[in-house]
Amino acid sequence: MRGTTMDPALDLHRLQFAFTATFHYIFPQLTMGLALLVFAMKTMALSTGAPRWNDAARFWIRVFGVNFAFGVATGIPLEFQFATNWARFTEGAGAVVGHTLGMEGMYAFFLESSFLALLVWGERRLSPRAHWGASLALFVGTWLSGWFIVATNAFMQHPTGHKVLPDGGVVLESFGAFLSNPWAIVQYSHTMTGSLVTASFVVAAVGAWWALRGEHEAVARTNLAVGTSFGLASAILVAFPTGDWQGKLVAEHQPAALAAMEGRFESGTHAELVLIGQPDIRTETIDNPIAVPGMLSFIAYGSFSKDVKGLADFPPAERPDQIELLYYAFHIMVGLGTLFIALMLVANIWRWRGRLHGSKPLLWALLLAAPFPYIANTAGWMTTELGRQPWAIHGILRTADASSEQVHGGSTMFTLLGFMGLYFVAGVLFLFLVGREIAHGPRPAVGASH
Amino acid sequence: MEMIWFGIVSVMAALWVVLDGFDLGAGALHLVVAREERERRSVLAAIGPFWDGNEVWLLALGGALFLAFPAVLATAFAGLYMAVFLITWCLVVRGLSLEVRSHVAGREWRAFFDVLFSASSMLLPLLFGVALGNVLRGFPIDAGGQFSLGLFGDFDARGASGVLDWYTVLVGAMALVSLAHHGALWLAHKAAEPVRARAARFAGRAWIAAALLWLACGIATQHLRPELMATAWSRPLSLTLGLVAIASFGASFLLARRGRAGLAFLTSAGFLVALLAATAAAAWPTMLHSTLSASWSLTAINSATPAEGLRTGLVWWSLAFPIALAWLFLLLRLHRGTIQPAADGEGY
Repeated sequence: MRGTTMDPALDLHRLQFAFTATFHYIFPQLTMGLALLVFAMKTMALSTGAPRWNDAARFWIRVFGVNFAFGVATGIPLEFQFATNWARFTEGAGAVVGHTLGMEGMYAFFLESSFLALLVWGERRLSPRAHWGASLALFVGTWLSGWFIVATNAFMQHPTGHKVLPDGGVVLESFGAFLSNPWAIVQYSHTMTGSLVTASFVVAAVGAWWALRGEHEAVARTNLAVGTSFGLASAILVAFPTGDWQGKLVAEHQPAALAAMEGRFESGTHAELVLIGQPDIRTETIDNPIAVPGMLSFIAYGSFSKDVKGLADFPPAERPDQIELLYYAFHIMVGLGTLFIALMLVANIWRWRGRLHGSKPLLWALLLAAPFPYIANTAGWMTTELGRQPWAIHGILRTADASSEQVHGGSTMFTLLGFMGLYFVAGVLFLFLVGREIAHGPRPAVGASH
Repeated sequence: MEMIWFGIVSVMAALWVVLDGFDLGAGALHLVVAREERERRSVLAAIGPFWDGNEVWLLALGGALFLAFPAVLATAFAGLYMAVFLITWCLVVRGLSLEVRSHVAGREWRAFFDVLFSASSMLLPLLFGVALGNVLRGFPIDAGGQFSLGLFGDFDARGASGVLDWYTVLVGAMALVSLAHHGALWLAHKAAEPVRARAARFAGRAWIAAALLWLACGIATQHLRPELMATAWSRPLSLTLGLVAIASFGASFLLARRGRAGLAFLTSAGFLVALLAATAAAAWPTMLHSTLSASWSLTAINSATPAEGLRTGLVWWSLAFPIALAWLFLLLRLHRGTIQPAADGEGY
């Protein structure tokens, strides 16, 4: 790896990757969770024979197909940008992260791409069991793909199984230790349950929309049942235990990130948990704070009397550089996550009493809740990625030393603006297509031969 | 170990060109061989189930380079920044056009995405060919192992002043015509009539154009990189592969004339594989040739990941490769024979 001069185009490289990755993650966060829900629906269809399960699955497979296409199209630029914009990262860390990125292609992408067309268009030509098999293949493929990407990111968050060479590059020392990174396991469980929250809320919202309009009653009820039951389970699991585990890992391995996430400037025991408030990094205070005394010590380390370090304990070069955004991203994620549990708890109690389908206020709440898991998942990734700063690979390679020095700001600005234009159009196209599917409702299995 | 991974990268590149090549080529011909709606759907039905998996070979190739030769990937992609993003955007537009095109029944909707799909399917082989031309011509790699090339300079291939010059554009044209020929044979084998017959006729004409362009590229490469051509002649492996390529290319013409489109497609695939393999065999161990000084070139030796990591990679790669091929054969088997277009709204 080369020198450590400040790259003037660094912020543009970061912004472009952040923008393209954020836009991309709109799609896989739905498809990963939805793949499990579709697989569950196809399993119910196969075992009960009730047509509503196949009708619901057919509808969601079409939505899955559109999302998957957008996920593939917006995923390719991410793979390429490692090398175009982060050449020094690619060169220095390829010997390690090349394994997981390479395995994702070989093990996950081939599986997904081979069975996607069979799942989306194959209900007629395949036997029910074979079509169920295609839904299983997509479920396994998307969840494998998620594993390889999270394992790659986990290495950047908390490197394991590696050795640092004299030139600053990293190589593998233990493939096993690299793949069984505890951070990867925790982050994967948190990410996948987060993805399941998005999918469940979207399924429930479409069920609620149809129920409010008095349309497609059988499938609307199926959607509400699947969406709220998986919604409750995943909303709880994403917080406890997976979110809790994730927080404890951050506290242990990235204490500066924890301090910034929590808006904590001074160190000390009995650390209070700030619920709401605006961090002022000049005066190192929180404006208008609403806080719970001692709670942060307890959450981070399991005891009220534990010392939680504040940002003042870290030299500026060791602190995340976007403290305000990191603070808000984390608080938005946690705040929304708490509301998700409450909403899904109420919805499930009403459903168990057989009154959900007729409860207009609850159906409205479920409908309007649909965008918020997207916001929470995005905020979660922002927390992870901003918390990793100023490192590309935590403790090993600084972000400032990871970019492509040979690419100047004029080129990066050009491609950043190009992506913004392209993705704006793609976003409109996506909303139009998915809106059309929802307005159309479940389709019959036209000319089904089985 | 470096040689094994050089071989793996070459094999994956060849597989990608052969597989994605047929759907890119068919896409480039989309507006030529299919005019009415049902004909357009015939083309899309013949490539729809395959295209995404074919493109994964490109991503998997990138993954293999990332692991085994990270410096090569980083130097080439960062150095060719603008060109890589042109390709990236074409890939985005092409994938979306193909996938959303049949979701909506409107005539204007489909006409719009047909044009986008076909235009991006033409641009991509051209740009990939330009990239190959760049690799053959070489890059102004400096002592630090870096270069940076704009899209164009003075169009003189000597000195490598830009991505586009007369030589790289010639290689790009050759790639476009060769893949159009390859895609036409696929359609002549898989698509429903009347696309099948039109594609077969087109393949005959495209073969002649491809032959002429290949000859021109050979002469131009001899002129530009005489030492590369000399190595190609002197190494038994590259010489044999070159002869196999020429024989396959000739066979594909004769088989296509006799109406054996399937076999003609296979020989066309054999031609592309043999030619790329011959090129790789002649270039070994150089991966990115430096036009400034041969000692600054990036080779499979000086830019490889340490052998320990390559050995680990070989284990999982050897397990994954047959699985990936198994999915491909399953897909080919499920879609054996002519692929009829699906009813409107029920497929590509």
